[in-house]
Amino acid sequence: MSKPFSSPNPKTNASRRAFLQGGGLLLGFAMLGAGIRPVVAATDPVEGDVSAAFAPDAFIRIGTDGKITFILPNIEMGQGTHTGEATLIAEELEVGLDQVSVVDAPPNDKLYATAALGGQATGGSTSMRATWESLRKAGATARMMLVSAAAAQWSVPVSECAAKLGVVTHQPTGRQLAYGALADAAGKQPVPTDIKLKDPRDFELIGKSLRRVDTSGKVNGAVVYGIDVRVPGMKVATVAACPVFGGTLADVDDKAARAIPGVRDIVRLPNAVAVIGDHFWAAKKGLAALDITWNDGANARLGSADIMAALKTASEHKTPIMARKEGDVEGKLKAASKTVEAAYELPFLAHAPMEPINCVVHVRADECEIWVGTQVPTQAQGWAAQVTGFPLDKIIVHNHLIGGGFGRRLVAESVGQAVAIAKQVSYPVKVIWTREEDIQHDLYRPAYYDRISAGLGPDGLPTVWIDHVAGGSVLGNYIPGGWPEDKLDDDAVESAVKPPYDLPVIQVDWVRQDPPVPITWWRGVGPTHNVFVVESFMDELAHAAGKDPVEYRRALTKNQPRAAGVLELVAEKSGWGSPMPAGSGRGIALHDAFGSFMAAVLEISVSPAGEITLHRAVVAVDCGIAINPNTVEAQIEGGLIFGLSAALYSGITFTNGRVDQSNFHDYRILRNNEAPKIEVYHVKSLESPGGIGETATVSAAPALANAIFAATGKRLRSLPFDRNQLRSDSADKTSVSMMPPLSVPVLAALAITGEADESEAEAA
Amino acid sequence: MIALNVNGQDRSVDVPDDMPLLWVLRDVIGLTGTKFGCGIAQCGACTVQLDGQPVRSCVLPVASVGTRHVTTVEAIGATPSGKKVQQAWLDLEVIQCGYCQSGQIMSASALLERNPNPSDSDIDAAMSGNICRCGTYTRIRAAIKQAAKA
Repeated sequence: MSKPFSSPNPKTNASRRAFLQGGGLLLGFAMLGAGIRPVVAATDPVEGDVSAAFAPDAFIRIGTDGKITFILPNIEMGQGTHTGEATLIAEELEVGLDQVSVVDAPPNDKLYATAALGGQATGGSTSMRATWESLRKAGATARMMLVSAAAAQWSVPVSECAAKLGVVTHQPTGRQLAYGALADAAGKQPVPTDIKLKDPRDFELIGKSLRRVDTSGKVNGAVVYGIDVRVPGMKVATVAACPVFGGTLADVDDKAARAIPGVRDIVRLPNAVAVIGDHFWAAKKGLAALDITWNDGANARLGSADIMAALKTASEHKTPIMARKEGDVEGKLKAASKTVEAAYELPFLAHAPMEPINCVVHVRADECEIWVGTQVPTQAQGWAAQVTGFPLDKIIVHNHLIGGGFGRRLVAESVGQAVAIAKQVSYPVKVIWTREEDIQHDLYRPAYYDRISAGLGPDGLPTVWIDHVAGGSVLGNYIPGGWPEDKLDDDAVESAVKPPYDLPVIQVDWVRQDPPVPITWWRGVGPTHNVFVVESFMDELAHAAGKDPVEYRRALTKNQPRAAGVLELVAEKSGWGSPMPAGSGRGIALHDAFGSFMAAVLEISVSPAGEITLHRAVVAVDCGIAINPNTVEAQIEGGLIFGLSAALYSGITFTNGRVDQSNFHDYRILRNNEAPKIEVYHVKSLESPGGIGETATVSAAPALANAIFAATGKRLRSLPFDRNQLRSDSADKTSVSMMPPLSVPVLAALAITGEADESEAEAA
Repeated sequence: MIALNVNGQDRSVDVPDDMPLLWVLRDVIGLTGTKFGCGIAQCGACTVQLDGQPVRSCVLPVASVGTRHVTTVEAIGATPSGKKVQQAWLDLEVIQCGYCQSGQIMSASALLERNPNPSDSDIDAAMSGNICRCGTYTRIRAAIKQAAKA
């Protein structure tokens, strides 16, 4: 099992495959200011850290004590992957999920790569697609070896034996042997080559909403996230990087910081300074007491308006790279009865996972040990090797459950920084970023400026569709030497290139305009950006044609059966077309991304002051076989709220090269009292599973834009949605609050302390 | 030295008066179930209970705790409402990444302790200070209602 997985999904983009091949090092080093060229070291196989009598492959361990352990290639950050992958193995191994324990795979690109991502990585909603066959085959192979071992012991034909719940039974006699008792003998059986997987109709675990395997320790504080790791002799650090991207540390006066009790060391990096203390509080106070001088560098005057202006200019004047061109685009445009065009603007976005960036590192004389929750364990290992100069086999990485990734932990630049800090001291250090550091030193979802147009025929349907995308290359940040100038980054146009509609004459192109700030993937990646534009514009066309938005999409999905399936289901379940009160509206969004089809209807109301209230979301999904339907629903609920947060509140802006936002009071996240009721309906399908972790995030902004239009007649083409544009003229001109409410527990804490710090006073 | 009662145990900690209770719990006592999320009482991940009242431990100076009993997520299962909340959280599969859920559970169990049958607006008021980046809000609401019935 030392081969990498074969690509399970022909839809996977070849270029994305390249993304992790060492390039992350480049970006991170640029940020550290070290200017070292990355070296992609060949990873020698690292043995899994679980040993057992029966170890048929990289994923399954069965001990003579009966203990069954699954070593899972993808990390758990809330999306349910541990449960899903364990289900795939257990289904064919014939064990119950309650009979197994699961661990994260050690860093090893050869054993645990996700082919679509070119390395051991968890992202892009690829996990279940990538492992759908390989993990079931692993389970089946192991089961066949266990059954063969039992048959040999009883001297009976294999065909008379059956496995169930971790026990092999000789059916004619009823004799039984548990897997533990067979572990030694199974290991000596030949590895079968002809593996027959179950017919989906015989699935006993797949398709059932089994209990998650990762949650029991999450209700009582027992789970150890990376930030919770404590090792003997450990101290705690916090760090400030140059507030301007590309800037460096000029000077730091640490006299006052060193006088603070509990402060142990001050560590200087080329572009940052860290304070190490006995605990986080000492480190944080020490950092605040530093007098730091920065060299702001080339971005000292950078502002958001400049970035958007540069995008617009590039969109209008630069020669684009063609992503798709079919049919007589120019001719159809000339012949159109009517043309419609619009431009859409999308902001930079931060990931802001609840668990702030952190990493525990101990650099010893000849090895480096790391405890971290990362989506890219081999990248983390590579970073540490670069910074320490140690070979990869001297870098020990313990991966942990992750308190939210959303793409932020698909890069490991912060691991490199933590190792650079720890390298300067003899003891283990836990580096924790403050939330302010997290918001202001993220790698952002890029801003985009997209111009889109269509020509309509006499029936109002589009006869030609033209989508000009302009934005930075995310893939370029992962490729040593950057993305080639003339090459399409298909992440930039993903879901724009092939909307799930009958659009025979279509042109989609991309103008590359890289921003001067670091960028990376954000939940929903290309589709989150492109579907907002495509689906908002589809509504604009329906309006221009005087058609109902669902009716209009129905007319365009006659040859798109899976898209039509979710469209019809959501129309029925949402009561599409039934009357709504004044000031209310329904919006729909339909898309196909990550191998899944989804249609969502959002019901909202807009007050005369422009306040948006989310009432109800109805989602229809066809994600192929739903491995765990309850997890699918949870990902849709959460993904939708993630996308609605961004559409309503999120945007990273820059002034003088510095990020304007700093914490959850000015980088708002949707709160419980603002969340809509959500209903999810499945289209039954026997197609292979599609991705689901990001799918509903994609639906959120366009469904909301279209609902706002339905409620107010106003088309908002810029995110986050500006409530000032929704105020009716008669409304009171008081500004709409973007601030969260102060809740009872905050007031209680403040009452006890007797003082509010600045940010709470602001929030109030 | 500052005296504290944490989860029923008397403790004495040698820390500065202004150190937030959060870091005393996590970095000194070693109870890491209480989470750091924002440091400015905006996200609720650090919620603990003082004599049953939910408070944000990231802005609460340890010296102001006094004789009040501190309860953290590690011990909330020993209270009747905490136990019900934990069970409902598992039964409805509320949890995704789980990082905010310590705080959610502390807020929810405090709510049920003082209001055994909370309405939707009671839930809004008690839970709007706890951010969940995974977006588990609809299940949190359902689980509070289920725990109330248990």
